[in-house]
Amino acid sequence: MSEIHHLSVAELSLALRNKELGAVEVATHFLKRVESDKLGSFLSHDPEITLKQAKASQERINQNQSGTLEGVPIAHKDVFVTKDFPSTAGSKMLEGYRSSFDATVVNKFALAGCVSLGKLNCDEFAMGSSNENSAYGPALNPWDSQKVPGGSSGGSAAAVSARLTPAATGTDTGGSIRQPASFCGITGIKPTYGRASRYGMIAYASSLDQAGPMAKDAMDCALLLGAMCGPDLDRDSTSLDIPAEDFTKNLGQSIKGLKIGLPKEFFGEGLDPQVKNALEGAKSVLTGLGAEFVSISLPKTELSIPVYYIIAPAEASSNLSRFDGVRYGHRAKEYSDLMEMYKKSRAEGFGAEVKKRIMTGAYVLSHGYYDAYYLQAQKIRRMIAEDFKIAFSQCDLIMGPVAPSTAWGLGEKTADPLSSYLADIFTLPASLAGLPAMSVPCGMSATPKPLPIGMQLIGNYVQESKLLNVAHQYQLQTDWHKMNPGESAGLTGGSK
Amino acid sequence: MNKPTSKSTTPSTQTSLLVRGYEVVIGFETHAQLLTNSKIFSRAFTHFGAMPNTQACAVDLALPGALPVMNKRAVECAIRLGLALGSHVAHRSIFARKNYFYPDLPKGYQISQFEIPVVQGGEVSFLVGTQPKTVRLVRAHLEEDAGKSLHEDFVGMSGIDLNRAGTPLLEIVTEPDMRSSQEAVAYAKELHKIVTWIHVCDGNMQEGSFRCDANVSVRKPGAELGTRREIKNLNSFKFMQQAIDYEVLWQIEQLEDGNAIEQATVLFDPETGETRSMRTKEDAADYRYFPDPDLPPLVIAPEWIEEVRGSMPELPRAMVERFVSSYGLPEYDASTVTQSPQMASYFEATVKECGQAKLASNWIMGELSRKLNEDNTDIAHCPVSSHQLAELITNIAKGEISNNSGKVLLDALWSDPNAKISALIEIKGLKQVNDSGALEKLIDDVLAANADNVAQFKAGKEKAFNALIGQAMKASKGQANPQQLTELLKKKLS
Repeated sequence: MSEIHHLSVAELSLALRNKELGAVEVATHFLKRVESDKLGSFLSHDPEITLKQAKASQERINQNQSGTLEGVPIAHKDVFVTKDFPSTAGSKMLEGYRSSFDATVVNKFALAGCVSLGKLNCDEFAMGSSNENSAYGPALNPWDSQKVPGGSSGGSAAAVSARLTPAATGTDTGGSIRQPASFCGITGIKPTYGRASRYGMIAYASSLDQAGPMAKDAMDCALLLGAMCGPDLDRDSTSLDIPAEDFTKNLGQSIKGLKIGLPKEFFGEGLDPQVKNALEGAKSVLTGLGAEFVSISLPKTELSIPVYYIIAPAEASSNLSRFDGVRYGHRAKEYSDLMEMYKKSRAEGFGAEVKKRIMTGAYVLSHGYYDAYYLQAQKIRRMIAEDFKIAFSQCDLIMGPVAPSTAWGLGEKTADPLSSYLADIFTLPASLAGLPAMSVPCGMSATPKPLPIGMQLIGNYVQESKLLNVAHQYQLQTDWHKMNPGESAGLTGGSK
Repeated sequence: MNKPTSKSTTPSTQTSLLVRGYEVVIGFETHAQLLTNSKIFSRAFTHFGAMPNTQACAVDLALPGALPVMNKRAVECAIRLGLALGSHVAHRSIFARKNYFYPDLPKGYQISQFEIPVVQGGEVSFLVGTQPKTVRLVRAHLEEDAGKSLHEDFVGMSGIDLNRAGTPLLEIVTEPDMRSSQEAVAYAKELHKIVTWIHVCDGNMQEGSFRCDANVSVRKPGAELGTRREIKNLNSFKFMQQAIDYEVLWQIEQLEDGNAIEQATVLFDPETGETRSMRTKEDAADYRYFPDPDLPPLVIAPEWIEEVRGSMPELPRAMVERFVSSYGLPEYDASTVTQSPQMASYFEATVKECGQAKLASNWIMGELSRKLNEDNTDIAHCPVSSHQLAELITNIAKGEISNNSGKVLLDALWSDPNAKISALIEIKGLKQVNDSGALEKLIDDVLAANADNVAQFKAGKEKAFNALIGQAMKASKGQANPQQLTELLKKKLS
């Protein structure tokens, strides 16, 4: 057996069930790695709580009462609220905040038997694509600590990639699972909007936010997704009334004759040649498996950037109004009246990017601008969904890059936020349409240090199992998902 | 919310309603708190008077990650109101966020309905005195209430009670169709009657379950609508009338002095009887309304509406018509005995037993209501049952007792509800003397004792006859049947 941290969720789960490994042993192993994390991927952990959970898990294994993922460690993006750990959403506003309840997703993993390792770093309130907007410092890319891990689920991607946890939860509003998965060389899936409950997810943009798993490969993502999905109609009104399914059950299917659409707008100018080459390679592998490629068009792709950067900030400006210093969270030390309390508390508690989006959002919703911005954006959003509808009449799923490039350098885009907004171009359309989409490792760049490249697969509504099967068939033929940044990556003094 | 159209489309108004040559224009916005067990978007209870913050859950406190889920019963209340007012119940309506910061508004926005409300159109018809009046409705929409800021109990600080936060409300908005404070109060009373009648609101104005805002403006007859000022939170019918009357005179004086009316929100101070401005249009916030992405459109299937229709009680207007047509009651009586479902059912139960509709309405509207008022109670707590009243009326109708004896009987029953009516008549000697032999004897005695009156009558003095009747009645201790007595006396004297 390989070292524990190289085992997949599927392998760990089996070894725990067969008592080849103990839950406490596994938890201890990962805790040790978490404690020597130098990537800044964790925001909080607590060995006492983790070990307590592991012991309880082992009890269940001993009594043959195992859940589907019994004893498997997991860590949660810090936008999921948890009773056992602080929940900050990467913001100073919620420093030390303790939730009185667990998010539905967190609860579901606990019910499946998972042991929680703690909470993962992210861009503040999930706003960003580099994890540099965290109030607690950036998470670093395990492949090159001078590079960003992507965002906003940067801590999740970095921690899985550096083998600090076998699995992590992420959230994806405009690409926040897929892009960091791509940058860190792991597999991640954003299911159809409404598949996983948003209850207990600190809201960024409610109509776009969707939780999903991040792990080493498609098989693991299928296992994890099965545990976290399902209707939550009593708590989340946007939850889909579709029963949870076993996403692993179709993983053995042949993809012969499967029609994969290549949107021409995803392969134009601005796409890094190394990314383009990697996708060509993936295309050959999939062709070898019997898939057929057709050229399609998603004509509104470019418009998805302004549409997203109107709708998401609009919703965020309202969602973040509850952080007013009245009931919880940061409150300024001194103020002379109510208005000053609001102003100072929010000015001190929120970071620059969050403030920028609140102001943008308030502007596009304000009287006289609403029709020209918000309403117009909603109209185009529907047209983007229509484009996909037409596309899916021509193909079974869509393939393209996740991001135009590999991970960029720390600080490289902070002075030019627009360039990082533009880098969201390939992930935004599926988010705006609410479609399931995933990132699958498909190559490595050559220079100067090798960095992972991800391919994006976009499926039609609730066709996650089809997506996962294509990714799984691809991963049976390739080793990109098995590559890891090395034993020492991300660990202090970790060289052998 | 209540946007007066630039051109009034109200039915013709009576010039007699003018105040100092000005026409008064009033529109209403009423917040009715809905009779649900739990809040509109959470499972916390909505009982009045609980300890502060004991009825507020994660959703009401707007904790991070909490989300709203629609309370089905609140929607049912909206459907009931729509059906009662002849409105269109929208198949699809939208919840929107009204964004503003205030400590008793935990999310920083109120969930309300803005562009597409659940109840659209409809009307309220009622009598102002004896004049029929109809007020058209613009809409009624579902929304959540805010919490309460408690400024008095904390020195240098404010307390926040979030028990009320998230309480379901229907905001009912009229066209500017009312032309006097009397019409406004009559409208509010009728609406109050309807919402309590159909069991969507307990109507408790002191506890804030039924709160009215009045939009008031004045204009010269035929002129464009004047600028309105909104009087907020009128929580009694008395204050409503006082506030509107004061406001109307204030606006007329301003105009007469050559000042323009500035659009404003005002509060009525019951201590001074005056209205004063809280904020003007310039201070009006930009609420940045947009559809709430946490709540999908509210979809109401036609089957649901039909199901609710099947559970609706007979409405007051329909009941009035039925009482007029099947019991022959005057319209006024029918309206009065349908003030509340309790009174209406008391009336119907009484009539069913005694078959005397007019006598029943007379007794309920008269003596019974007077005694209930004296005791400061209502018909639901009436010590005399409809069965007892029916028996009492039957005795009067049969001539067994006089009307006056009926009152004595009611008094007796009031203090001893378990007493038997037949026994009371006996004990109190209330039985009317109908025996002509006994009466003749009595009359003979009276004639003998009042020879001078007899002489006067025979000389042509009509008044002397009345004096003789009075004497005879006195001799019978009021128990003689007056009709019979008159006839016998006339016979004797002819």
